[in-house]
Amino acid sequence: MAKYIIKRFFMMIATILIIATLTFALMHSIPGSPFDEERTSNPTIQANLEKFYKLDEPMHIQYLYYLKSIVTFDFGPSIKKPNESVNELLARGFPISFELGMVTILVALLSGVTLGTFAALRHNGIIDYLAMTFAVVGISVPNFVLATLLIQQIAVNLEWLPPATWSSPLHMILPTLALATGPTAIIARLTRSSMLEVLTQDYIKMARAKGLSPVRIVVRHALRNALMPVVTIMGTMLAGILTGTFVIERIFAIPGMGKYFVESINNRDYPVIMGSTVFYSAFLVFMLFLVDIVYGFLDPRIKLHRKEGDA
Amino acid sequence: MNARKKKEKKIISNEKVLQVNNLHVSFRTYGGEVEAVRGVDFDLYKGETLAIVGESGCGKSVTSNAIMGLIPQPPGVIKNGNILFKGKDLTKLSKGGLRKIQGVDISMIFQDPMTALNPTLSIGEQLTEGLRTHKKIGKQEAKKRAIEMLKLVGIPNPEERLKQFPHQFSGGMRQRIVIAIALICDPELLIADEPTTALDVTIQAQILELFEEIQRKKEISIILITHDLGVVAKIADRIAVMYAGKIVEIGNKREIFYTPEHPYTKGLLNSVPRLDLEEEELQPIEGTPPDLFSPPKGCPFTARCDYAMEVCDHVYPFTTKLSEAHGVDCWLQDERAKVLKNSDRVG
Repeated sequence: MAKYIIKRFFMMIATILIIATLTFALMHSIPGSPFDEERTSNPTIQANLEKFYKLDEPMHIQYLYYLKSIVTFDFGPSIKKPNESVNELLARGFPISFELGMVTILVALLSGVTLGTFAALRHNGIIDYLAMTFAVVGISVPNFVLATLLIQQIAVNLEWLPPATWSSPLHMILPTLALATGPTAIIARLTRSSMLEVLTQDYIKMARAKGLSPVRIVVRHALRNALMPVVTIMGTMLAGILTGTFVIERIFAIPGMGKYFVESINNRDYPVIMGSTVFYSAFLVFMLFLVDIVYGFLDPRIKLHRKEGDA
Repeated sequence: MNARKKKEKKIISNEKVLQVNNLHVSFRTYGGEVEAVRGVDFDLYKGETLAIVGESGCGKSVTSNAIMGLIPQPPGVIKNGNILFKGKDLTKLSKGGLRKIQGVDISMIFQDPMTALNPTLSIGEQLTEGLRTHKKIGKQEAKKRAIEMLKLVGIPNPEERLKQFPHQFSGGMRQRIVIAIALICDPELLIADEPTTALDVTIQAQILELFEEIQRKKEISIILITHDLGVVAKIADRIAVMYAGKIVEIGNKREIFYTPEHPYTKGLLNSVPRLDLEEEELQPIEGTPPDLFSPPKGCPFTARCDYAMEVCDHVYPFTTKLSEAHGVDCWLQDERAKVLKNSDRVG
């Protein structure tokens, strides 16, 4: 196990390095510079600024500085907001985005699996049809459309919930709903179909023949096997949700990372772009690693490493 | 292990463990109603092994699933008849009532040991869960019992093996585990649905010996569902031959093998290779069983039968008792058909 983790760790570093390099190359290939919009066309000031941010150096030297900033995890100050460092921006924005992302994935997982399981147990029954109708709608409606609809109906017309910001659990309901509906629908469909398959397996029949209670058969025998495909898509879904928060954050005026990230790209705020990209990719790569570990726990047939003496 | 030493006679008592009376099971499908079992009667005595033989789709497995309470309803329906287990009608029990019997008094062994065990649960858990659900005993005690069972079915190092998962066992070992699971609550009736079909021939013999050994130790009654007459010859006491949802002939092993009366039974025996009759060619039964969407009014075997008469097409024959155990449903037993009756006899 330790060997596997060490191996995975080095692979994670390599992945992050590749992403960082690509980001660097892409950023610098986009025309324009951070100071385009500035009215101070004084060349001396411009030169001084570029010198301060080391933008006057040749590209490969800039790249090395950039790598150094990744290793030390110090991306320096933002270009547009010089009194704030990238680390401070991350420390302020990321926890909120993380909270939204995690609540969303939790809600999606719980409701999706429950819905899918009940749909499978009542195959071709009314619950099944309702759940699958919801799933089709949920997958088809983009989350930003859903978000505006929710604000319009529930916050503005009915005045049940606050329409924006992120100041209390009550404020969290609408953004979470908007963000979680799509993933819930996908998980529900996936759980249903794999559950239907698992329920026809011999070991389920055998569990019935043992006289076990229906709850135990579903939870203990069926669900664990049925969840394998769900775990498989969790990794990519996580990436989708975390980047999806950017849009939702904007609609609900949530002060998360999304705002800074989008702004930084428009402004060519290199340190912020680099910092948040590297941070996000590191986070995602780590989550994927966790998903693989969960895999091994769910299904004993999956070996994360090869033991000596194993065929 | 002294495989040879255990050839002592086993005891079969007169006590009826199971009585199946006029059992009808149908499945409602989009295409219409399939009558899978169309009036099956048999009794099973304590300590006896009854083999139910017949080709695919003749209703053997449906019969056993009905006894086990495993007919999915819907689409399945037990339309008629009853299944008395020690006098209690299983068809009338609620799901909860049935669960108190499933796995405790009646248990089942499935055909394919590669799929019958849950791949995500340890052997120990799969062994003990039934026990702990039904008998309300502690974890340690259940574990002790599980180790005992694994020893009984011949799995070495049971203590360590308990923690392992199904994929760490071979097919034969898995079938032993399935048997251990079926026996852990000390059932009185064991239904084995093609227990050796998915196994290598060498392993088959071992598993069959295990059955015999267990039956001698536990005085358990066994219903053996199979299409393998070799298996039947080895361990059955009585044989029921099923065809198109009905038992067409039933009798002691000797009676069925040496004096079969039903043309279908004869055909079945003739289509098995025999080492003692070298020159004879195998004679398959031509044709296929009837479609059970619309079962024939008369004897279902008429279309494939060499001795079919006018009456066979129209009326199903009643059961003729040839001895206390031997019964056959065939018009050839009627006095008016005597001429044909002895024209062909196997053995």
